[in-house]
Amino acid sequence: MITLNSVSKKYSSTVSIGPVSLEIPTGGITALVGPNGAGKSTMLTMVGRLLGIDQGSIEVSGYDVSKTSSKDLAKIVSILRQENHFVTRLTVRQLVGFGRYPHSKGRLTQADEEIISRSIDFLDLGELEGRYLDELSGGQRQRAYVAMVLAQDTDTVLLDEPLNNLDMKHSVVMMQHLQRAARELNRTIVIVLHDINFAGHYADYICAMKQGKVVHFGTPTQIMQDEILSEVFETPVNVVPGPNGPLAVYY
Amino acid sequence: MTHPALGTHHAGRSAGPLPTKQVRKRYWITLSIMIGLALFFAAGLLAWDNPMPVGSDGFWIIAKLRASNILTMVIVAACQAIATVAFQTVTNNRIITPSIMGFEALYRVVQTGAVFVLGVAGVTFFTGVSQFVLQVAIMVGLSVALYGWLLSGKLGNIQIMLLVGIIIGTGLGSISTFMQRLLTPSEFDVLTARLFGSMANADMSYMPVAIPLVLIAGGYLVLSSKKMNILALGKETTINLGINHRREVMKSLFFISILMAVTTALVGPLTFLGFLVATLAYQLADTYDHRFIYPMSFLIGFVVLAGAYFIMKNVFYAEGVVGIIIEAVGGITFLIFILRKGRL
Repeated sequence: MITLNSVSKKYSSTVSIGPVSLEIPTGGITALVGPNGAGKSTMLTMVGRLLGIDQGSIEVSGYDVSKTSSKDLAKIVSILRQENHFVTRLTVRQLVGFGRYPHSKGRLTQADEEIISRSIDFLDLGELEGRYLDELSGGQRQRAYVAMVLAQDTDTVLLDEPLNNLDMKHSVVMMQHLQRAARELNRTIVIVLHDINFAGHYADYICAMKQGKVVHFGTPTQIMQDEILSEVFETPVNVVPGPNGPLAVYY
Repeated sequence: MTHPALGTHHAGRSAGPLPTKQVRKRYWITLSIMIGLALFFAAGLLAWDNPMPVGSDGFWIIAKLRASNILTMVIVAACQAIATVAFQTVTNNRIITPSIMGFEALYRVVQTGAVFVLGVAGVTFFTGVSQFVLQVAIMVGLSVALYGWLLSGKLGNIQIMLLVGIIIGTGLGSISTFMQRLLTPSEFDVLTARLFGSMANADMSYMPVAIPLVLIAGGYLVLSSKKMNILALGKETTINLGINHRREVMKSLFFISILMAVTTALVGPLTFLGFLVATLAYQLADTYDHRFIYPMSFLIGFVVLAGAYFIMKNVFYAEGVVGIIIEAVGGITFLIFILRKGRL
């Protein structure tokens, strides 16, 4: 469980995030949605202690993020940002192996190698594991990054727009992998999504943010409503019944 | 997570730094060739053109005199190679060298200032162990102040730190150019000898200070190879994996500045050497792991220095001024590598 107690961060007199109080339940996928600049990524990076908070407190699985040592947190929560560019030339398997650092401190044991293999196979990267990252397509590379945070073996996984720059097919495959990770590996996955329909279909909970505050939190059926989405995204949205559940239409 | 089926075909899958047999073989062969070349040039420098018969007492006296040059090269190669690789790692940038952080500019200002104020006597004024220690201390002090100030603030940002470092370096460079304009030709001539990186600048009396400094600073950076591998992945990944990014970067920069200060105060500026050596080491080692990159870069550094010195001494009879040939030959080698591989 992730608990935020009146968390706030101030950038300038006009731009600030919070105060946000929120409980994200254990297990399943929670999608953060909202217009640009709503503070979704900022909130995610604060939970993942990449960014300090000004006021309030954040707890992940009972550990206070600003008080627990970074070393211990690395075994509790992992975070993947949207832009990853490494100067080092790495193979897929070497990259995924770095996910074991909090446990192995760089000395990979046989048990580590097995967990690495499992993460790679889980994301269908088995055939690509010897390839270098710069030889992969965007979708494959994104999957390799996700395999790395899965190999970190944390109960909570935070992903900042993992569908960014992925085409239809790769987006769907990615979401299916994440859904399986949440169900089969019992991970709590918090994910920033831009496409409300992906959130509506794959997420177990949706957290809608606007102007630095959480405006709605609930199950997809609770959130996928004309008035709620129109208000959150400040644009007219019609929710229509689709073949696999409600669809938001806003074109 | 249970995947029982995986146990069987797991054998042979490794996330290690040298993943396949072929890569492993290539690394060790390349390293052996470098060791061979290093020994060859070292032996060449000691024995080539030695007027006394091999093995006689006189031969060994001359060889011993020349050995001091080799010791200097070992230290310079270690400083430049380790410092540049570590600097490129912590700054996440493969096209810069720590010398742009103002070390060489500061060295030039100190040397030029001494000649400017004291005339030709200034050159001798800035030789001696305490002056050597003073120069190292000024350079380390300046860079630590710069890192500490720029990395600990709210805007803690490596890009800004680099930019400020470059601007300070350029500013100091202009000051020394200005002073050089006002020197008499004879003073300028004396000064120029100090401003080219040259093994002859090194005084053996500096060694008791220089060697322990290099062992401590270089030793720290080499021993933290595993952390360096993570730092190379950038700030956010480093924090995610549980390493205090700022503290590690600050510590590394401190030790890097010691290495750069020692080599610069010892032999003068060799701007291009570190960059060349690090780039060639990445190409030849072909791994992310600093435990393998450091030894490769050190050996390449020594081979380049000793090779350049050997050629300058025995072909052009212009021993000492190795910087020139390193930049010419090194630059071409570097271009060939980049054009052939198409990446850094």
